[in-house]
Amino acid sequence: MFPKGTKRKFSDGEEIPDENPADIKVMSSYNLQRQSLLDMSLIKLQLCHMLVEPNLCRSVLIANTVRQIQEEMTQDGSWTIMAEALNSNQSPSDRLVATEILCRPSPKDQDEEKPFSDISYEGCDSVSCHSEEVVDDSLCEPSSEAPTYLPSSIGTWDKEDQKENSEEESEEDSKPEEQVFGTFEIKNPTATPDPALDELFSDVDTSYYDLDTMLTGMQSSPKMGPYDLLDSLSSHSPSSISSNSGCRPDLNELDHIMEIIVGS
Amino acid sequence: MAGVGGGNDFQWCFSQVKGAIDEDVAEADIISTVEFNYSGDLLATGDKGGRVVIFQREQESKNRPHSRGEYNVYSTFQSHEPEFDYLKSLEIEEKINKIRWLPQQNAAHSLLSTNDKTIKLWKISERDKKAEGYNLKEEDGRLRDPFRITSLRVPVLQPMDLMVEASPRRIFANAHTYHINSISVNSDHETYLSADDLRINLWHLEITDRSFNIVDIKPANMEELTEVITAAECHPNQCNVFVYSSSKGTIRLCDMRAAALCDRHTKFFEEPEDPSSRSFFSEIISSISDVKFSHSGRYMMTRDYLSVKVWDLNMENRPVETYQVHEYLRSKLCSLYENDCIFDKFECCWNGTDSAIMTGSYNNFFRMFDRNTRRDITLEASRESSKPRGILKPRKVCTGGKRKKDEISVDSLDFNKKILHTAWHPKENVIAVAATNNLYIFQDKMN
Repeated sequence: MFPKGTKRKFSDGEEIPDENPADIKVMSSYNLQRQSLLDMSLIKLQLCHMLVEPNLCRSVLIANTVRQIQEEMTQDGSWTIMAEALNSNQSPSDRLVATEILCRPSPKDQDEEKPFSDISYEGCDSVSCHSEEVVDDSLCEPSSEAPTYLPSSIGTWDKEDQKENSEEESEEDSKPEEQVFGTFEIKNPTATPDPALDELFSDVDTSYYDLDTMLTGMQSSPKMGPYDLLDSLSSHSPSSISSNSGCRPDLNELDHIMEIIVGS
Repeated sequence: MAGVGGGNDFQWCFSQVKGAIDEDVAEADIISTVEFNYSGDLLATGDKGGRVVIFQREQESKNRPHSRGEYNVYSTFQSHEPEFDYLKSLEIEEKINKIRWLPQQNAAHSLLSTNDKTIKLWKISERDKKAEGYNLKEEDGRLRDPFRITSLRVPVLQPMDLMVEASPRRIFANAHTYHINSISVNSDHETYLSADDLRINLWHLEITDRSFNIVDIKPANMEELTEVITAAECHPNQCNVFVYSSSKGTIRLCDMRAAALCDRHTKFFEEPEDPSSRSFFSEIISSISDVKFSHSGRYMMTRDYLSVKVWDLNMENRPVETYQVHEYLRSKLCSLYENDCIFDKFECCWNGTDSAIMTGSYNNFFRMFDRNTRRDITLEASRESSKPRGILKPRKVCTGGKRKKDEISVDSLDFNKKILHTAWHPKENVIAVAATNNLYIFQDKMN
């Protein structure tokens, strides 16, 4: 039943009733899908078409979705795991493959059979070229208790993936956090605070690489919220230009990033 | 009058299609708005390239009494050009977001067209006579030698080939920080409103250097922003009333007599959410993409991602009618979120008598609902199903199980072929459907 080479999570001797593995798989698959939705949303916020002003309505809706996921994750305790990983300042991951796929403007080049573009969910596999289809079903369904999920949502997962993911569940939680913030950190040239280096690069404008600027798509105004793009240099917000201090990325940046996402 | 159920009493047939046939569609040719004028004789389209094309209906000819007039190009002009905002280092797209006709007051026609930032009033006038026999110049324009003039004559008006000229009469600029999504002419025929993501302004048609801000939902701290304005419209007969819809699926009706700034609504329309269908996408699919008053002014219609709702203005807590446009997409929301289709803004429209409504979908399908018979029909705007005067065959999407012949399965739908803009003739059963770069005109079958 299990594919070759994968370890069983439960000990061999145990009799496992049919429902429990299903429930656990459903829960973890829901968590994984929710995580991938969060990742996708953050990447969507980050990808701004730099030539034209981003669509404010779309940005607001995506940000609200992110907030909603974060609230739910806070409620069931998954958010703290993410926050911890964040504080340990992990190195950037290679989430760029997924980013590239999501950059595709439209699914024009797909077959007729699958008009939707696939998200590449690597799991533990860092740079994989094949893309697995993300299950839409459970995310589109109400987010109630796990047992109410239809078993069919599990069946659509690729079997290997399913086993891999459910058995290394605890590792999965830490991986996504890097993945979430990895894209932001990867462009950050001075991630570790080093006074000498900082001095050397003090005249370099790193504002482009701030999370803020990515969220807003602006190249020259750091320290703004997600929607300040359109407002930045207009007369309505005179304070934005003066708050030009502290462009240098450091650990406080990450807190700031969290604040923006949380909206606190 | 407008039976849409496809029964014996009523059928739609293909009349015309405008636009290029090539598979390669130039981005600039994509139609971004369609609007009939008050009489229905003129049909205006705007595209992503900033151009406006106006079609005029030919008079019914005596030779073919049974054929309705065809729409032919009347005028084409470049309404908006791409601009560059140097302050923000960003381009301002020339795409025409909306066109609204003004009521006709003289021989000329006027319309308002807008892109993201600037609204322009265009006057379209005809010239079919020219003056001949000037005293001081020749016919070709050369000045006559004054010493050669021995007598005076009165210039005479001579007929000439019809020339249609469009000239920008007013430019209403610099009033919107955010992207304009709606314009609406007031029933007083003197004012109009323009709405962007966070503000609504009221203009006088004659005054371009200032406008009144009547709604402002911008929070003091932009990081607290969770809701934007998605559409706005003036009431068809009460010049003090207008509505605006939001990205959270709510509609606010405001009375301009109550206060100068209409931040506090007079009525608030929202349908309570069904807790059993809540998901991460609930808010996104509840975002209203279009709001339209009925011609009578008694009802209004809203379009969200999956449905069209008709509201009675006297009842705020729920719509009186709900029509599912493409409920089969509910299970695909995650994919539609990923490829951004979930953010597509579909429009909707009423027929002249408010007995039927129409809206677009994917795969070049569009849907019509008859409010009286409760029947609905799905039709397709495509070259393949468009034979001259051919009757349109109803289409059906297969949601599960065995696919019947002629049905199309959900996974085979082409999500690049979306019908966002449709318009219904104000008096007759003639509809205009914009399918990417093509404009289809359908009318009812003449018996």
